[in-house]
Amino acid sequence: MSLQSIKLVDEKETRAGFGDGIFEVAAKNSKVIALTADLAGSLKLNKFIKEFPNRFIQCGIAEANMMGIAAGLTIGGYIPYTTTFANFSTGRVYDQIRQSIAYSNKNVKICASHAGLTLGEDGATHQILEDIGLMKMLPGMTVIVPCDYNQTKQATMAIADYFGPVYLRFGRPKWANFSSTDSNSFIIGKAQYFSHGTDITIFACGHLVWKAIEAGKILEQKGLSVEVINVHTIKPIDTASVLESIRKTKCAVTCEEHNIIGGLGDAIAQISARHQPIPIEYVGTLDTFGESGKPTELLKKYGLDTVNIVQAAEKVVQRKKDNKK
Amino acid sequence: MSPHINDIVELEKVAVQIRRDIVRMVHQVQSGHPGGSLGCTDLLVALYFRIMRYEKSFNMDGRNEDLFFLSNGHISPVFYATLARAGFFDPSELHTFRKINARLQGHPTTHDHLPGVRMSSGSLGQGVSVAIGAAMSKKLNQDDKLVYCLTGDGELQEGQIWEGLMFASHHQVDNLIMLIDHNGQQIDGPTKTVMNLANCKDKLLAFGWFVIEMNGNNMNEVVDSLEYAVTCTKKSQPVAIVMTTIMGKGVDFMEGTHEWHGIAPNDEQLVKALKQLPSIMKDY
Repeated sequence: MSLQSIKLVDEKETRAGFGDGIFEVAAKNSKVIALTADLAGSLKLNKFIKEFPNRFIQCGIAEANMMGIAAGLTIGGYIPYTTTFANFSTGRVYDQIRQSIAYSNKNVKICASHAGLTLGEDGATHQILEDIGLMKMLPGMTVIVPCDYNQTKQATMAIADYFGPVYLRFGRPKWANFSSTDSNSFIIGKAQYFSHGTDITIFACGHLVWKAIEAGKILEQKGLSVEVINVHTIKPIDTASVLESIRKTKCAVTCEEHNIIGGLGDAIAQISARHQPIPIEYVGTLDTFGESGKPTELLKKYGLDTVNIVQAAEKVVQRKKDNKK
Repeated sequence: MSPHINDIVELEKVAVQIRRDIVRMVHQVQSGHPGGSLGCTDLLVALYFRIMRYEKSFNMDGRNEDLFFLSNGHISPVFYATLARAGFFDPSELHTFRKINARLQGHPTTHDHLPGVRMSSGSLGQGVSVAIGAAMSKKLNQDDKLVYCLTGDGELQEGQIWEGLMFASHHQVDNLIMLIDHNGQQIDGPTKTVMNLANCKDKLLAFGWFVIEMNGNNMNEVVDSLEYAVTCTKKSQPVAIVMTTIMGKGVDFMEGTHEWHGIAPNDEQLVKALKQLPSIMKDY
């Protein structure tokens, strides 16, 4: 598989993938039920509500209660999907998730839109960059960050058949849609290869997978053999694939629309530190809040663009060479 | 099947034994919360030995069973002792309360699969929401049994409670009975001085609930009020019972003070307490 052959199909919101996914899975599974805290439109639930009005619960602007209601609904066999923005899905309700869902091992799917900087103009109050860290620290929580519309749809459907609490993170803007619609292409807990290479591994999740592919294409043109891996499941992480790759390439860049503290980069670094120490560079926000602006402007300003991944890759390859001397 | 004791005197005897269990459990490990546990004993006995219908072979989904949720998880001693005496697990396990490698954690949890427990609680204010969700699940499943949830009165200071109260009346969750342990005490002192709840009943009425008041330490009244509350369900309104209780009820030197909220009796105090609580069933 060559990166050059990966083509942008169209541009679609990942949250629309969620809306279409929950609509389809609800038709197959009568236990799927949707809750929202006054953000049904933003989470693209309109079709679901129209088709399954009895399986939609409006909670009003009361996220803490919504998490508890969801936990309670599992008793009796329902599979509740809670929907709101990522900030209000995590930071606002951390203790409710911790006690009523994670510690209670309830089969709740926490579906979080508008994550990260690409939420855009609403600014830092809504642009959570800490949620992956918060969620992955909870024992028993599965954390999934799909890369595009197709994959968000697949993930939304897959989690219905996967018992246990799940945090599913996606975003607001129209974004490159390029991943396979083949149902075997997305497996929870299994990292997805977009290319195989020997000089460097680029690990990415969410919106930055497309940026990583773009960066990989540039690096290939510069003569490097690049392995791009989409780590859509950050927990439980695919340790075997990560190790197999870094044992081969011996250096890595991690890319995420999240604080480099607590996110995908930390997860990769922990595997590396324990099993295969290698130089790693991080592309992510540097322990900072975001601000208002257009998504593309923000990614540029905060160093999450294609060029930043290219630079990080060149730097880490140089570090690898320097280490050999 | 669940026990169904008709005789009030017999129910009172069970309550004496459970109070005895509570004091012994807390004394043995020198930690835990006897005050609220003793105050709520009559309620739990009435629920588990008279009112609720359930299977002792515990199943998390609890289809076609009445369910109970303890939101004020710190009164785990009365919950555990009641579950054990009702037959969910052997009373000898009460020995393990708050000890390492045990299912009887300081605060109740589903984590260790203790029969009878359907959610973890301890961080206050969360149980009402979970109970409402479970009640909605019953409605969706066309299961006509009821959901009960107990909260403390100090716990009403948590904002999430009021989110839940608003939700339940808006969605007409009318297969739910919320019980409020109104003992007027919390860790730092009387609720009136810590954070005044003022008139609980008026607040609940304003939130659209059907409200009943009762003396939570009079078995006759507890049973009658619960039976009445059941008849008030399924009328498009959630039901609440504000029950006046005495913290520490049944042990004279523990009664009516927040001092015994979370303190264990010493050896001498244990002897004094147990004299007031004769063994009715076999001690664990």
